[in-house]
Amino acid sequence: MLLNKSISDIATLIKNKTISAVDLVNEAYEKIERLDSQINSFITIRNKKEVIKEAEEADKKNIGTKNPLYGIPYSLKDAYVTTKIRTTCASKVLNNFLSPYDATVYQKLKQAGAIMIGKNNLDAWGHGGSTENTDYGGGKNPWDTSRIPGGSSGGPAAAISSRMVSFAIGEDTGGSIRNPSNMCNTSGLKVSYGRISRYGVIAYASSLDSVGPMAKSVEDLALILETMVGKDKFDATSSINKNFDYVKDLHKRTTKIIGLPKEFFGEGLDSRVRKIILKVAKEYETAGYKIAEVSIPLMKYGISIYYLTSLSETSSNMARYDGVRFGNSRQLLSDETKRRIMLGSYALSAGYADELYKKAQKARTKLIKEFNKAFEVCDVLLCPVTPSPPAKIGELINDPLKSFLEDLYTGPINVAGLPSLAIPAGFTTNNLPVGMQLIGKRFHEEQLLQMGYVYQQLTHWHIKKPPLLNQND
Amino acid sequence: MINSNKNYQLICGLEVHAELKTQSKMFCGCKNDPFGAPKPNIYTCPVCLGMPGALPVPNRKAIEWTIKLGLALNCKINLFSKFDRKHYFYPDLPKGYQISQYDIPFCYDGYLDTSEGSVGITRIHLEEDTGKLLHKTIDGKKITLVDFNRGGVPLVEVVTEPDIKSAAQATQYSRKLRNIIRYLDIGNCDMQKGGMRLEANLSLSETGDIPDYKVELKNINSFKFMEQAIEYEIGRQTALLNHGQIPIQETRGWNVDKQRSFSQRTKETAEDYRYFPDPDIPPLQFTKEQVEEWKKNLPILPEQTINAWRTKFNIEERYSKLLISSPRIATLLESIFTTALRNDIKPNNIAKEIVNKNIMFDHNSLPSDIITTYQQLHQTDDIVSDVLEKTIQTVIDVNPDAVVKYRAGKTQVIGFLLGQVTQKLQQKLDMKQVKTYLLKALEN
Repeated sequence: MLLNKSISDIATLIKNKTISAVDLVNEAYEKIERLDSQINSFITIRNKKEVIKEAEEADKKNIGTKNPLYGIPYSLKDAYVTTKIRTTCASKVLNNFLSPYDATVYQKLKQAGAIMIGKNNLDAWGHGGSTENTDYGGGKNPWDTSRIPGGSSGGPAAAISSRMVSFAIGEDTGGSIRNPSNMCNTSGLKVSYGRISRYGVIAYASSLDSVGPMAKSVEDLALILETMVGKDKFDATSSINKNFDYVKDLHKRTTKIIGLPKEFFGEGLDSRVRKIILKVAKEYETAGYKIAEVSIPLMKYGISIYYLTSLSETSSNMARYDGVRFGNSRQLLSDETKRRIMLGSYALSAGYADELYKKAQKARTKLIKEFNKAFEVCDVLLCPVTPSPPAKIGELINDPLKSFLEDLYTGPINVAGLPSLAIPAGFTTNNLPVGMQLIGKRFHEEQLLQMGYVYQQLTHWHIKKPPLLNQND
Repeated sequence: MINSNKNYQLICGLEVHAELKTQSKMFCGCKNDPFGAPKPNIYTCPVCLGMPGALPVPNRKAIEWTIKLGLALNCKINLFSKFDRKHYFYPDLPKGYQISQYDIPFCYDGYLDTSEGSVGITRIHLEEDTGKLLHKTIDGKKITLVDFNRGGVPLVEVVTEPDIKSAAQATQYSRKLRNIIRYLDIGNCDMQKGGMRLEANLSLSETGDIPDYKVELKNINSFKFMEQAIEYEIGRQTALLNHGQIPIQETRGWNVDKQRSFSQRTKETAEDYRYFPDPDIPPLQFTKEQVEEWKKNLPILPEQTINAWRTKFNIEERYSKLLISSPRIATLLESIFTTALRNDIKPNNIAKEIVNKNIMFDHNSLPSDIITTYQQLHQTDDIVSDVLEKTIQTVIDVNPDAVVKYRAGKTQVIGFLLGQVTQKLQQKLDMKQVKTYLLKALEN
């Protein structure tokens, strides 16, 4: 069906008026109505009539020269604030919160003519990697509904995987875009810190939070990215660094050497995942790339640096949810969120900050240097996204430490502020998706997209659809 | 144990907060005019209300002004600086933290001279002001309202070393600081409205070393009250110490009506603000050249101008300190004084007349007009002293019959006598004045 097609194909059909935005919106609602009760990927679905009206308007104004996202239905992780649709961040604290302003990214997409049909499930405040820490019913994986979709952007990934939307906007603080992409067989890009405005994204950890597109393919990601990037006067950390022609340059091959960082293949990595990633390396080698083993010794502290930083910052960012000006009482915060606030407050407390928060920041600087050093011998890094395939529901939420370790290979990338792409890489014998992660130099998303594009030309993992869908979907 | 009365030395340091008068607030585009706002909560936005997802963007102007103030107070400037988050819960603090500066303030290690010695400036940092709480009773219910018009207004904090040795010195320091802020044209420092707030940390010492305790005087909104409060505290603490007691470490306020300080809060443990660098604001880097440029463009400060005027124009300080309100006014006065010298007029006399409002003066005045006004005012006076009286006496002496006629009631002879005086003096006179003198002489 239509939403199974690539964005560029849909764009052409819209441009030629072969199909209409209304067709696409109708299909999106048909899927959501039929399937979402099984995977819980949405928290808020917009009123269908309203959206149809919006699509009709778009069709009327369609003069064939618009942005490729024009008239295409998509969804937002429910961490982006919007004026007309409530923002919950998956917590009852913000149950019926209507923001007085729209997030920059949402404004940009609106400007482009994309049609937002709803807001997706997540781990509340981004606190988690399984979409179980949510007050709106845990998310489920379309490939096996007894398993988690990953997180925290589990809702967006599951919705894309189920073809309910053409694409979605996720947010990644320690793997939140990549982890669910890898578990739901979708593609997701975590951009370099500063590449896309954070204005209007409910903060988890401000120095790590990265906005990013999630879609079915790398080509789609490139298209969406072009609409999202750029300096924003409302975000002092957004960069004026040059943006590339991501779509036009997709065919270029600027990468020669792929680094395999050995610390990403050590203890804790599921053998099935290891096998798949090493196979990917072979496939790249066959395609003419050089493979080099590299080392980032400080990765052994990567997860500690990540959690000390993210929890410290989140303890501060969560302070505003005091129920005074908006939202409900903080009594409604979940155990996981309370745990994170307490740990973070502890790490910042007098007498402990030197050994915890401050030490982590020193280590952070060193880790960045080690990544930079690795990039002296290779152009991109190839590694797993999560240590293991999607867990059973309940496995992680009841084991906080195990849950933390899900971010082993992704959290440190946010610490270093690097761009990272997660795309499908294969399946386990019981048909569970496994993704791979490509990490690039800061502000060089184009290299990752090129590498991902090459891989998706060679393989077909990314076009596989979950068993939840039928042949015609 | 009761000790005999001993002599104690006041050990006092000040923390002064002053709002900067930038167009917009510190971290958002909202209008910075909390005192001029017609209604509460109208100069607000997602950023200064701490709404989810909103981000602070620092106000360059406020940063530049803070550094200028530091340069005016002889401070060193940190070329690398940053903003930090200071955490505490209070309803007037919407984010649950205040954006402030912790370990790397913009300015440090300066001084401000007073007549009782130099007062070291420990640091000057920039932060955001909080909202304002209004405690009211509405429908019989006691409630607290919050006005965020002031929330996010740029606020500088100037912290001194414990160098202040008397209540008078504390006042003098604060007044000088206010003058400098006004002179730099970066803040209004309206004490009544809270545009400038004073806090004194004080204790008494027998040896001059810093003792183990300190009392914080807070929420004082006038120089006079601060002086009174410090004087009162000296008395209170002296009495305690003389009785062998060590004053409690606490925060005290000043009750104007009762003329005494009162305990507000006892700090048993140091508060933990969990400071850390604000990740939403990239660190700031300045260049030496930039700071040099700001320093070069600094106006000549009131203190220097007063000294310069004393040497150059012999202006008494009691006049000069009242006249200097802005660099523009100072420059204008300087050209007036120069013109005065050229016209053989003592600049100090002009200063005196301006202070006494005998010469109307504002920033639009022309030096030549001021001189003319002065001359008109003083032509006659110059003569009065002796020449006029002598001349009148001479005229009376040589015209005894005219005097007789006048005393007989024939007042028209006055015209004749006035003519005689004018003729003798051969210059333009204020005839009203001459007449007054003449009549006085005739009455004798």
